[in-house]
Amino acid sequence: MLRNDAESYGVVTILFHWIIAVIFLGQILLGYLMVRTGNYALQFSLFQWHKSLGFLILLLSGLRLLWRMVNPRPRMPDGISRIERAAAHAAHGFLYLALFVIPLTGWAVASSSPLQIPTYAFNLVVIPPLPLAISDQAEAFWTMSHAWLAYLSAIVATAHILAALHHHFWKRDAVLLRMLGARRPAPVRPHADPLRIANKDTRS
Amino acid sequence: MTIARTCVSAILKAAIPLLFAIAPALANADTLADVAGRYRIDASSRIGFVVEQIGGGGISGDFKKFSGVFALNNGDISRSSIEFTLFPESVNTGQSRIENFLRSDAVFDAQNFPTVTFKSTHITQTSANTATIDGILTARGKSSPASFQASLATHDRNAIVFHVEGKVMRSRYGMDVGTPIYSNVVQFNMTIHGQRG
Repeated sequence: MLRNDAESYGVVTILFHWIIAVIFLGQILLGYLMVRTGNYALQFSLFQWHKSLGFLILLLSGLRLLWRMVNPRPRMPDGISRIERAAAHAAHGFLYLALFVIPLTGWAVASSSPLQIPTYAFNLVVIPPLPLAISDQAEAFWTMSHAWLAYLSAIVATAHILAALHHHFWKRDAVLLRMLGARRPAPVRPHADPLRIANKDTRS
Repeated sequence: MTIARTCVSAILKAAIPLLFAIAPALANADTLADVAGRYRIDASSRIGFVVEQIGGGGISGDFKKFSGVFALNNGDISRSSIEFTLFPESVNTGQSRIENFLRSDAVFDAQNFPTVTFKSTHITQTSANTATIDGILTARGKSSPASFQASLATHDRNAIVFHVEGKVMRSRYGMDVGTPIYSNVVQFNMTIHGQRG
């Protein structure tokens, strides 16, 4: 099933989520490492990969947002408090925003740097610089913004991951499973009662 | 009158092509005789380069420290020679981060290979005041043929100035970092001031 429905996520949403998640986490690791290597040639190459992958995130996130707009959103499982609901919305909203703002600030770094190193995404597409002031100060400002937003988003992403694990292992609801492709919500398992699980298994 | 006119006309007809034919040879012989000798490359020379980048623009700069000598042969330009050394540590682009990158082991590895040398193997005259200089360029421990085009700009009794241009493929010297964002071709544009001595 490609599209979402009221109970589950479709394949497209799931692929968008996990592909972007993997690139996003890879980018944070890459960004951390690339500014710490003393090998200039390797550093140049890592920077170009980081830029290419950043533009890929921007592109995928744009498509993902469009897809989200034309798809229903599965409802939240029962028994979620208003605070949890608000926290989830805030975290998701922040992460969505981060997927746009962080690549844009990265683009600003490349655009404002006096080095004016061209962006040639995956050695396939030349991406022009943003019309920004070019100076060491401007580059330093955008670099700081880019790095701090990235680290902040890493913290929010960690909270998001912990929340998903909390739903799966503690609350035993379908929140994580449905993003892994479960076709319908898994039954609620309040406690690991073998008898109850066995009973439920007979339903299917 | 008619006979005289015919005579003048005939002389002119013969003389003009003759003049055209010998003029360059005269100039050439004059130039060579004048400029033959041994020269030291003066610090007022400029060793400029450009590496183009994708989407327009590029990195341009020059080398501040270099040395060399050339000898212009009296009778046979092809028996002339040039030896040139430049010190990549002295690279200048107006942007220190780029200079540090160029000095580093990513490009020149100036610490381990402090000089880039060129030694001519053959010089071919291509016109009255131009020549092609073929030779061996050694950079970063790798030697490969390179070719430059020289044209005589000006000279007096003790000094001579050439414009020299040439394209060098940096990948041949293990310096292909940054391709294809930055061109593999380094375009040299040099003004060589020779001082007799």
